[in-house]
Amino acid sequence: MSAERVIEISSLNKSFGDFRVLTNVDLTVSLGERIVICGPSGSGKSTLIRCVNGLEQFDSGHIEVDGISLRDKGSAERVRAEVGMVFQQFNLFPHLTVLENLTLGPMKARGLSRKDAEDLAMTYLDRVRIPEQARKRPGDLSGGQQQRVAIARSLCMKPKIMLFDEPTSALDPEMISEVLDVMVELAQDGMTMLVVTHEMGFARKVADRMVFMDSGEIVEIGAPSAVFEAPKSERFRAFLDKILHHH
Amino acid sequence: MTRTLKIWGLLLVVLLAAGCSSSGNTWGWYVIDPTTPQGQSNVKFLIGGFWATIQLSLIAAALSMTIGLLVALPGMSDNRWVRLPSRIYIEFVRSIPLLPMLFWVFYGLPVVMKSMGIPISIDAFWGAIITLAISDSAFTAEIYRAGIQSIPKGQTEAARTVGLTYGQTMRYVVLPQAIRRILPPLANQFIYIVKMSAFASVIGMQELTRRANELVVTEYRPLEIYSLLILEYLVLVLIISFFVRWLERKMGSDERR
Repeated sequence: MSAERVIEISSLNKSFGDFRVLTNVDLTVSLGERIVICGPSGSGKSTLIRCVNGLEQFDSGHIEVDGISLRDKGSAERVRAEVGMVFQQFNLFPHLTVLENLTLGPMKARGLSRKDAEDLAMTYLDRVRIPEQARKRPGDLSGGQQQRVAIARSLCMKPKIMLFDEPTSALDPEMISEVLDVMVELAQDGMTMLVVTHEMGFARKVADRMVFMDSGEIVEIGAPSAVFEAPKSERFRAFLDKILHHH
Repeated sequence: MTRTLKIWGLLLVVLLAAGCSSSGNTWGWYVIDPTTPQGQSNVKFLIGGFWATIQLSLIAAALSMTIGLLVALPGMSDNRWVRLPSRIYIEFVRSIPLLPMLFWVFYGLPVVMKSMGIPISIDAFWGAIITLAISDSAFTAEIYRAGIQSIPKGQTEAARTVGLTYGQTMRYVVLPQAIRRILPPLANQFIYIVKMSAFASVIGMQELTRRANELVVTEYRPLEIYSLLILEYLVLVLIISFFVRWLERKMGSDERR
């Protein structure tokens, strides 16, 4: 691909004490590319994407996001201005209304006026199809609605890249699709996305590349059609077996 | 609380009854009998210490809450070198008894300041305030830490990912949530300050205890005067704990929302 490279990860290593979370991870992501990362729990997939916006430190290796090296001082702040993140547990601010959750970043970090921030917030609430919930508190919303608010909150910062850390894992089954639908639309709009998920249907639909991680290593990587049809490693085959039969 | 009130009321009645019925000079309530001119002026003198005690406690508490926050925040840093001074401050201050610290601040601090070329005089009022504030700040710092650490880490992470700085994250996301858990124990800590403010009497601050001491010297009726003194603190603390309960209820109902 000749497209602009927005994320370059090379020889990334990280340990928690004696436990190696990431071992020599290399990954390059182009602008507009959608990457789905899967793997058993403890495989390092969440840690990997959390390294991309500086929520986790790494021991050695190199990460460059949109030309900013995460080794530099104060780089995490600049990277976070370009990178949105959606968490498994939503992490909405419970003491603020939905609208205030969305306007906080644009007003405090981007210096937008309340009026402009609210207009922006309503645009994105419309996009995730819950404008009518704007005045409610997150606690009054369903899990699926909360996660859509969280997505809208990230989008309000107009990120170049979106990270999703198991966005549907904490949801009741009937709410998963409403969140995935929003993510599919986002993908169709050309957003660069790194998604940690076990939703293989979603992966087939939107992923340009699939990454399978195990024990802190990237074991397999490729177009979903290729890796799903012919998984090369025994580990990936076993993993697919488990999650596909589980669903 | 009503039960505590009853018990104290009962105790008071017993004491009064004992004073009235006994012969000899075991009790001499006349010294604070408001129906006589002398007793009335004595009571006025004693109660006149309320304002000083309250003023002292309020200013010391406000300072303690400020210092406590400034100590608590670096104490939660990921960087151990940032954390260290905060830990040392807390451990150090927590282990100094109030009275020696009061002496040191009142008699020693002006000397230190003078040697550093800053000649200041510390009067009893400010000496007591500084001491109470510093001594209490170690505890308020721990209250802040507990409250802030009770907020899930995901809140901070989410705030940082929408571009907020550390200060903004604290101000708009963490502290507004933590305050519900911090305020009740902080208000409770205020009771401690009110009681400890009695130590200000030894450096000459004219608050409740000092006035009682002075009256005892002239009237020679320690039992009655100190009984009233205890009652004065009791009233003060009961009012504050009433406020604390109200605060806890208010915060609690907010939490459930």
